[in-house]
Amino acid sequence: MTAKKPVEEIERVAIRFAGDSGDGMQVIGSKFTESTALAGNDLSTFPDFPAEIRAPAGSLAGVSGFQVHFASEDIRTPADAPDVLVALNPAALRANVEDVRPGGMVVINSDAFTTKNLERAGYTEDPLPALHERFKLVEVPITGLTREAVSDLKLSTREKDRCKNFFALGLMYWLYQRPIEPTERWLAGKFKGELFEANIRVLKAGIHFGDTTELFPVSFVVPKAKIQPGTYRNITGNTALAWGIVAAGVQLETPVFLGAYPITPASDVLHELARYKAFGVRTFQAEDEIAAISAAIGASYAGHLGVCTTSGPGFILKQEALGLAVMTELPLVVIDIQRAGPSTGLPTKTEQADLLAALYGRNSDSPVAVLAPATPGDCFHVVLEAFRLSVKHMTPVVVLSDGYLANSAEPWLIPDVDALPRDVIEKRTEPEGFLPYSRDPETLARPWAVPGTPGLEHRIGGIEKQEGTGNVSYLPENHGRMVALRSEKVARIAADIAPIEVNGDDRGDLLVVGWGGTHGAITSAVNESREAGQSVSSLHLRHLNPLPSNLGEVLSRFDQVLVAELNQGQLWRHLRAEYALPAELLSKVEGQPFKVGEIRSRIDELLAARRS
Amino acid sequence: MAAPLTRKDFVTDQDVRWCPGCGDYSILSNVQKVMPELEVPKENIVFVSGIGCSSRFPYYMDTYGFHTIHGRAPAFATGIKTARPELSVWVVTGDGDGLSIGGNHLLHTLRRNVNLQILLFNNRVYGLTKGQYSPTSREGMRTKSSPQGAIDHPVDPLAFALGAGATFVARTIDVDAPHLQATLHRAHAHPGTAFVEILQNCPVYNDAEWAEVEDRKTRTQASLTLENGEPLVFGAAGNRRGVRIQDGVPSVVELRDGEDPVAAGVAVHDEAHVSPSFAFALASMQRPDFPVATGVLRAVEKPQYDQMLAEQMGEAADQVGTSGDLRALLHTGDTWTVE
Ligand code: SF4
Repeated sequence: MTAKKPVEEIERVAIRFAGDSGDGMQVIGSKFTESTALAGNDLSTFPDFPAEIRAPAGSLAGVSGFQVHFASEDIRTPADAPDVLVALNPAALRANVEDVRPGGMVVINSDAFTTKNLERAGYTEDPLPALHERFKLVEVPITGLTREAVSDLKLSTREKDRCKNFFALGLMYWLYQRPIEPTERWLAGKFKGELFEANIRVLKAGIHFGDTTELFPVSFVVPKAKIQPGTYRNITGNTALAWGIVAAGVQLETPVFLGAYPITPASDVLHELARYKAFGVRTFQAEDEIAAISAAIGASYAGHLGVCTTSGPGFILKQEALGLAVMTELPLVVIDIQRAGPSTGLPTKTEQADLLAALYGRNSDSPVAVLAPATPGDCFHVVLEAFRLSVKHMTPVVVLSDGYLANSAEPWLIPDVDALPRDVIEKRTEPEGFLPYSRDPETLARPWAVPGTPGLEHRIGGIEKQEGTGNVSYLPENHGRMVALRSEKVARIAADIAPIEVNGDDRGDLLVVGWGGTHGAITSAVNESREAGQSVSSLHLRHLNPLPSNLGEVLSRFDQVLVAELNQGQLWRHLRAEYALPAELLSKVEGQPFKVGEIRSRIDELLAARRS
Repeated sequence: MAAPLTRKDFVTDQDVRWCPGCGDYSILSNVQKVMPELEVPKENIVFVSGIGCSSRFPYYMDTYGFHTIHGRAPAFATGIKTARPELSVWVVTGDGDGLSIGGNHLLHTLRRNVNLQILLFNNRVYGLTKGQYSPTSREGMRTKSSPQGAIDHPVDPLAFALGAGATFVARTIDVDAPHLQATLHRAHAHPGTAFVEILQNCPVYNDAEWAEVEDRKTRTQASLTLENGEPLVFGAAGNRRGVRIQDGVPSVVELRDGEDPVAAGVAVHDEAHVSPSFAFALASMQRPDFPVATGVLRAVEKPQYDQMLAEQMGEAADQVGTSGDLRALLHTGDTWTVE
């Protein structure tokens, strides 16, 4: 692409594409992301879409958005406020325009601003004059220009109009000087004949329009980010999860068995894994959530790596079976991609409110290990770690991802496969002296003795076990000992967890503590505050149970601790209980991730209160 | 070659904790008798159960055993069998475990035709929770939870299984050792889910529920022993009767001495009848109007879930491309290198 107009260099920009849920916003958002990744920028994305597959056209409920933030510097969040909003109809404008940075750019499809559409969006008068005052409002007749570009093709008007998202994409490609080759390749694989021709023409028409129209006097370039050398790819949390599961099978040289029932936002992991039978991954789409975990436990009992992927409501249905895995001390990984609740809640929106359910949600004292990935790419590593811990310690491990991590994308340094941890799993084969509930002196793990092994025939189940023999035992003292042993076994996983490190100074006025998918927002907020001279650090927990062994000591080095999380204070409660800690809480429960600004203002407040 | 296994090799050292006189004792002993005859290496046999009196079964079998949670045994067994198709997996369940809390799993396991044997001990009552009516209890049954009589309409386990598309459906009796053993052999030989209802007496909470078919003296009148290819005839000489099935509706036909039952319109048993409604008619025959049908009601072949999955696994492994190469997987699609 040759830019005849002036090109300005900028450090970072955030664009939000918004339209009807049938307008293909998620598609162009992810295409823009791919192209941006290949252009060498650091990036972070935030897809935000309704739960309904097709809400009424033009309605506020049906608005789907995709925000992509990219920069020549290190970034960790999709940005609090987009610099550019592309709104394909009045509803998309209305739902998003207040988020745009003051003075930012708003590009609208002027053809969609009919009286009827304005009414559908709930506008009683034309909003555009007022917006001209506040933003750089650019009115582009996208529908008309799209039809024009494909006027000679033998497609229905409907088919032609469906290409208009690619006009908007082309326009943004021009505006930010993005390469179009990855999108061309994708279109070639996705469409054939006239449909391919139409989409590619419309994409190029968008670029050409930007190049020639007077509406856009300059275009921008965001230089490559200076990031760690290596080979990168773009990855979403759900893809990273799926690949982490595949990697666990390869690295532990044990077949994987996924039991899953379709549920938003976890289904993608099932879809992805269903394609990897060549890696020895079996996927079982069960009749319900309970059957999914039951089959996975059955597979673990039979010597495979049993795993389940689910979300809140499904996680709760699995709790009884998870308790059986605790009692029978079998390896199992349960991945809960948390969504806003309670009940069905907001299925496509994010939340971190299943922590206490993971820690304490089963009947009786029923400890499991709990891990949480910090970023989309981290999902890969956390899942691999979860399997390793699960097998080594013969315990179920719960991984708490969330809807934000699941769908967000970031550039990911592809790990060197040779450098990934590799464990040799020792299943019990020796019948001499075999006791199903004997224990490894170091980890307290019991042997993994799988059917098909001669001489090890034994019975396990949910009734309390006699220590050692594993026979049914109703003796009071034995029960007390077994409850303690199960807890101690999980507690000893701490020996395998690296000491926690602080981002920033390791002592100071304030420590912001977070876990899971809020890592980017918290780290960005704390780094900005530090640059502003505030004595604040952050700490991010990937291990929620057991907690890192040095955590109490690290927390004690700060005058104040602020726990920031997307729930009503679950980690906050947990830490206060563990360490009798007078921590403060920053809670947000709106189905949306933290904005950096929200965390910063709380930091400001707390530090200001200290001074006064 | 090690010495052939005997019944004793399948007995554990655990004290059996069923009530005296429970039908489960007889079932256990017959299963232990049959196991060595199957010529499956002992280590490849797995018993999986849910919750209830019958579900204690695995503790008494010296094989691999998994006593799981209420109702879910078929799902656990599906995981075990799908992961390791070489194992011989037996599910032991009851009328409450299998048809109430676990009805959903039973339905889907049967429809998938996973290569399992499912033994459902039907005593028509909740035993372990001390005597509430179950989903197979007769209407009007008075229990602690139904003092005025149960108002639930019962489900027939075999009719349920047939409705779910089961490929093998049989019924036998706890105390009829030869019949029980023969049925277990047939179940084991069947490719796909073999569903066996075992009429079982609970002397404590529902005594004599099946007395007519358990008692040898009344059994010939009260039950119809199915033999493939044979007419549906029951009763002792002098009181022979047959079952006619017309438009899926069974009716009892009196037979004169020496009368040819087929000529008299009595149906001939066909385990592989084109329509499951034939077996459905047999399954739903109830006392006192009809004899209780025992034996194999239906046996047909259909592809099995575990086998088909194993085939798909094989096909995938044969495909060129990223076959099992993790590095290739992580590098699929667009990547870029930062120097
Ligand atoms: S309650 Fe009934 S079924 Fe249960 S063990 Fe006792 S007799 Fe057997």
